[in-house]
Amino acid sequence: MALADARAICPDLVTRSSDLPSEALALVSIRRWASRYSPIIARDGADGLIADITGVPHLFGGEAGLRTDLQERLSRFGITAGSAIAETRGAAFALARHGGGIIAEGNLKRDIGKLPVSTLRISNDTVRALNRLGLSKIADLTPLPRAPLVRRFGQGLILRLDQALGQQSEPISAETDLPHFGVRIHFPEPIGLQTDVTGGLKRLLKRLCQTLAQYERGARRLRLYLCRVDHDTAIIEIGLARPMNAPERIAPLFSKGINELDAKFGIEAMRLVAHITEPLKPEQISYCDTRQTNELTDLFSSLGNRLGFDQVQRISPANSTIPERSFVHTPAAYSKIKKSEAHINTQRPAIIFPPEVIRIDYPAPPGTPPARFFWRQSKYRTIKATGPERITPEWWFDDPSWRSGLRDYWRIETNEGLRIWLFHAPKIQQWSAQGTFI
Amino acid sequence: MQPDHLQPSAFTLATARMHEVMGTGWYSFALYQATKHNGTLFWIAPEKSNQTLLPDGLPRNVAHRLHLIRPKNERDLLWSIEETLRSSAVDLVIAEPQKPLSLTAGRRMQLAAEKGQTTGLIFVREGQGSNACETRWKCHPLADQYGNLTLHHWQLIRNKRGIIGDWTVSWNGETDTINMVPSARQRYRTQETTDHRAVRAGS
Repeated sequence: MALADARAICPDLVTRSSDLPSEALALVSIRRWASRYSPIIARDGADGLIADITGVPHLFGGEAGLRTDLQERLSRFGITAGSAIAETRGAAFALARHGGGIIAEGNLKRDIGKLPVSTLRISNDTVRALNRLGLSKIADLTPLPRAPLVRRFGQGLILRLDQALGQQSEPISAETDLPHFGVRIHFPEPIGLQTDVTGGLKRLLKRLCQTLAQYERGARRLRLYLCRVDHDTAIIEIGLARPMNAPERIAPLFSKGINELDAKFGIEAMRLVAHITEPLKPEQISYCDTRQTNELTDLFSSLGNRLGFDQVQRISPANSTIPERSFVHTPAAYSKIKKSEAHINTQRPAIIFPPEVIRIDYPAPPGTPPARFFWRQSKYRTIKATGPERITPEWWFDDPSWRSGLRDYWRIETNEGLRIWLFHAPKIQQWSAQGTFI
Repeated sequence: MQPDHLQPSAFTLATARMHEVMGTGWYSFALYQATKHNGTLFWIAPEKSNQTLLPDGLPRNVAHRLHLIRPKNERDLLWSIEETLRSSAVDLVIAEPQKPLSLTAGRRMQLAAEKGQTTGLIFVREGQGSNACETRWKCHPLADQYGNLTLHHWQLIRNKRGIIGDWTVSWNGETDTINMVPSARQRYRTQETTDHRAVRAGS
């Protein structure tokens, strides 16, 4: 049904746009949870999961017990879901989307015969063509001769039909999960010295980095849990400017946290977890090149861990004619250098600031800049003016500071030496300063 | 013919040293130094400062090498100056602390710069510098009354190893080289008889 029709029927209808990436993420986490029912479980389409439960149901008291357990737990999470158990993947898919239930062994052909052909995972065009021929249920298809069906609708329909009826096999390939990147160490005696903690950390890092390297991944954030004797836990968390799996480069970042740590009665266990990891391919090592970038990355890591990774920035060009939006500050740890060969534009200031209204005692005639003005409590006399350069606001973007309409910019050289960027907003008849030149 | 100390080489800042700059035209001097260093540049300014660099108005080859650090407080700012100076991957560090530099802070920066073989250029306010700096510069933009030059008055007011000096230069960011400009009186001695109002533009 079209949204307009739905709104006409129910004017109070609340609509939300769908968020596909988050839905996919949610499905991934449900899949991970659902692995309690079967080791072989995979995503099936955008909204489903398929599990091979061969040999599992007796653990839950039979197929009915398994399904009840699944439905109960899902509804406790607040998830409305339909589920079905059948001999074949195609039949389970069809039934789960049409009421759900369990197809007992041997009843496959009878039970899915009642379902419409649209549940066979075939294209909408095929469904429409079948319906036009009066073939609306799966049971209508099964007795028909197959050759004319193939000639008319292609191999796809027959393949799906055979898969649903179990005449064609359709395996489920389970997706592999990344391992949990975490290691732990228990000490025979509680430790309290900084050197001991650092030593323990080194051992943990070595093991963790080996696992990371094996899966071609690098840690982006790490957490060190230090379990004290009195059953409470101190956590030291660090971030890295780049995915990394070199223990000797990660270890120094923990030193600040370890220095500030209070061991109290001693630490009896340590746990190190890389809770955010990113793919990291093995790199060609060369002396001159990597040394510089590695040192810069290490600098970003240490700056980012103290100041926050957002406070270390790069300037990237942006696509806008408005001067203050012609660039963006991106976190250096999460962006690449964008090199531009653009030459200096001498009509643009080197430093800009939010517009500051200047004081003018004797207004100049329209179309000319003021001959004298006050800015930041100093008096200036214009000796040279270049302009005006008219910049119009971007109408597709509502910027509060540009509500005053278009601006005429002037480069003003003053007798006092100051080279300043002034603009006049004709709509509000006001002169403001916005930058200073080299 | 200009004497040797008037050549632009006088503006080369010694590496592994911390320098100070003051005056309203300090950022022009800092940007000139940025063009003279080919490696990674760091510009450290407090987070609350509302002034920022506009890439279009910067000399070529500066914007993409520049990294900005915006520490939330003065303590973090001084720490980041020291940390960046100590890293050998960095070439030039330009910083704007908000409070007067203490001798300890200045000395620590000096030691960090020696460790990393980097150059530091710190903006200080009048009379707020630290004795640990190698050189101290006072920079002001200068009006060119009659010509079309972008003039700067760069004054070397403290130099641990060398002489002090006072230069008028012309540099508008388009090229890497600066031009030494003789004082206005010498330049326009021949023009003194002409009517200045006729030559003046704009006002």
